[in-house]
Amino acid sequence: MTPEQIHEKLSEKFGEDIIALKGEELDPFIQVNPARIFEIADYLHTSPSLKFTSLMCLSGMDYGVDSEPSLGVVYSLHSMERGHKLTLRVDLPRENPQLPSVETIWHTADWHEREAFDLFGIVFAGHRDLRRILCPDDWEGYPLRKDYVVQEFYHGVRVPYQEDWRKYETLEKNTERGHYVFKFESKVPHLVEPAENGNGDTKKAGE
Amino acid sequence: MFGNLFKKKRFVFEDEGMMVLNMDQAAGRYHEEAMKKLEIESYQGDEMVVNMGPQHPSTHGVLRLELVIDGEIVKKTTPHLGYLHRNFEKHAENTTYNEVIPYCDRLDYLASMNQDLGYALAVEKLMGLSELPEKVEYMRVLTCELNRIASHLVAVGTFGLDIGAFTPFLWAFRDREKILDLLEWLSGARMLYNYIWVGGLARDIPDGWLAKTREFVDYFEPKMVEFNKVLTTNHIFIERTADIGVLPPEMAVSYGCTGPVLRGSGVKWDLRKNEPFSYYDKLDFDIPVGKGEFGPLGSVLDRYLVRIAEINESVKIIRQALDAIEPFVEQDVQAAIPKKIRPAAGSEAYVRSETPRGELGFLVRSDGSDVPFRVKGRSPCFHNISVVDDISRGGMIADLVLIIGSLDIVLGCVDR
Repeated sequence: MTPEQIHEKLSEKFGEDIIALKGEELDPFIQVNPARIFEIADYLHTSPSLKFTSLMCLSGMDYGVDSEPSLGVVYSLHSMERGHKLTLRVDLPRENPQLPSVETIWHTADWHEREAFDLFGIVFAGHRDLRRILCPDDWEGYPLRKDYVVQEFYHGVRVPYQEDWRKYETLEKNTERGHYVFKFESKVPHLVEPAENGNGDTKKAGE
Repeated sequence: MFGNLFKKKRFVFEDEGMMVLNMDQAAGRYHEEAMKKLEIESYQGDEMVVNMGPQHPSTHGVLRLELVIDGEIVKKTTPHLGYLHRNFEKHAENTTYNEVIPYCDRLDYLASMNQDLGYALAVEKLMGLSELPEKVEYMRVLTCELNRIASHLVAVGTFGLDIGAFTPFLWAFRDREKILDLLEWLSGARMLYNYIWVGGLARDIPDGWLAKTREFVDYFEPKMVEFNKVLTTNHIFIERTADIGVLPPEMAVSYGCTGPVLRGSGVKWDLRKNEPFSYYDKLDFDIPVGKGEFGPLGSVLDRYLVRIAEINESVKIIRQALDAIEPFVEQDVQAAIPKKIRPAAGSEAYVRSETPRGELGFLVRSDGSDVPFRVKGRSPCFHNISVVDDISRGGMIADLVLIIGSLDIVLGCVDR
């Protein structure tokens, strides 16, 4: 089935919740309402003419702090039996991004949703085991967001690897792309001299 | 749903003769008899939580499995990932398109060529590059298949090591080293090649490389026969592996398992055939699948046998590619490399390719600059290891070691 036919079928069933079809893209996608994603995914999975048995990939997306939409999720679907592909997209707000989980439809989504939660902070309501998967459980922030700044300490260990350990002097905002980057210098980092510490005592910086 | 599949282990009780019990029943029987001997009134069962890994060699890297066990029997397995996490995707957002390739090498460091190819295909799709010189395409096939053999040799060698067969491990590594020598001669690096670039290759073929590769293939084929004699057809090996870790095909598809793990369950699915990329559609080869000859379909042994058969198929492909590349050896491998890689703003593509471990996908999104806006790596090992809880439940701890070996994970690929 072509994406146009699938779009027609979905529009008949779900009406307003199927927002748009972009057929001319490299991967043709259908934009849907995030609140109805579970029903739509269930229909795509069980309908005998569609039979999307495998979820190839589920990716979280951050389109930028100021852009509209701000966050999103991309579902890449494929049917082994019918041999057709489809991409579903949903848009989410930056504050409190939440949508229903599809973990009970495809087992693949279980860990993928945990990954998107871990790295983007997208909450999948109804997921039975929504924990961080790649970062430690007590990590702060969501690393793949464009405005993410790495925490300074993790269990007493300094996290950013940089020339000067005292301040985030090398942190720069990349104005074009809207996220923070560290300016790396070629010198090997060294411990700060005791005299530079201000008090003249032997305490190292950051303690 | 899949409960009956675990009923293959046989337990013999003297009073009733031979009878077939599943693991839970057998455990109960053992406890009942022990209780009778010790004159204990009631039995509550004592489950225990044990950590397997992250430093245990049988987990093939830094994987930690939290096991709930009752004696020797595994009740639940919870994988904990992330010990090797370095957020490749964030790195990719801060480097230009070409600079991402060395990071791709480090995803699955046993099959770096295949990772490079997967990423290069994704960016080429964004750029609209479809016509590459024949020499480039055949060299991609050649290097990927050589790398596939090297990767499978590690898989089958360490799988033997997991159950105490030491000799095949050494033989596998001896032959793998010869492949690594060839690839080092070609690219300058032993494992992390950075050889396949967007639109071409990093270096031309050195003089005599093709002849040496042909020499290696001639040398290697009889060595595989030897290997099969000592391990694959070994009676003890087959008995040990034929009925454990059974992965039903529906479960494999639902969990997104791909590669030899999926084909071991009898599903004939290989992207080299089903969605041909590079020049795989011009070459003649078969897709081996598990048949369940010695036990239930989808067992640990089936996955192993698929890898062994795939090695032979790769040898076939290499021979064909070596013949086919002959007329094109004068071509320039860098002719089609784009000067600037700046795909159109907002373009996005998900492209997948077949690595030794399964389907590797890259979702790449561009914002019009020379730096990717978003790269998502869909790694095959990440999905393959997610079935470990379902297929190890009710088995022994010693079987779990084999199950992990048969899933053939690389933690660089799982944790990214």
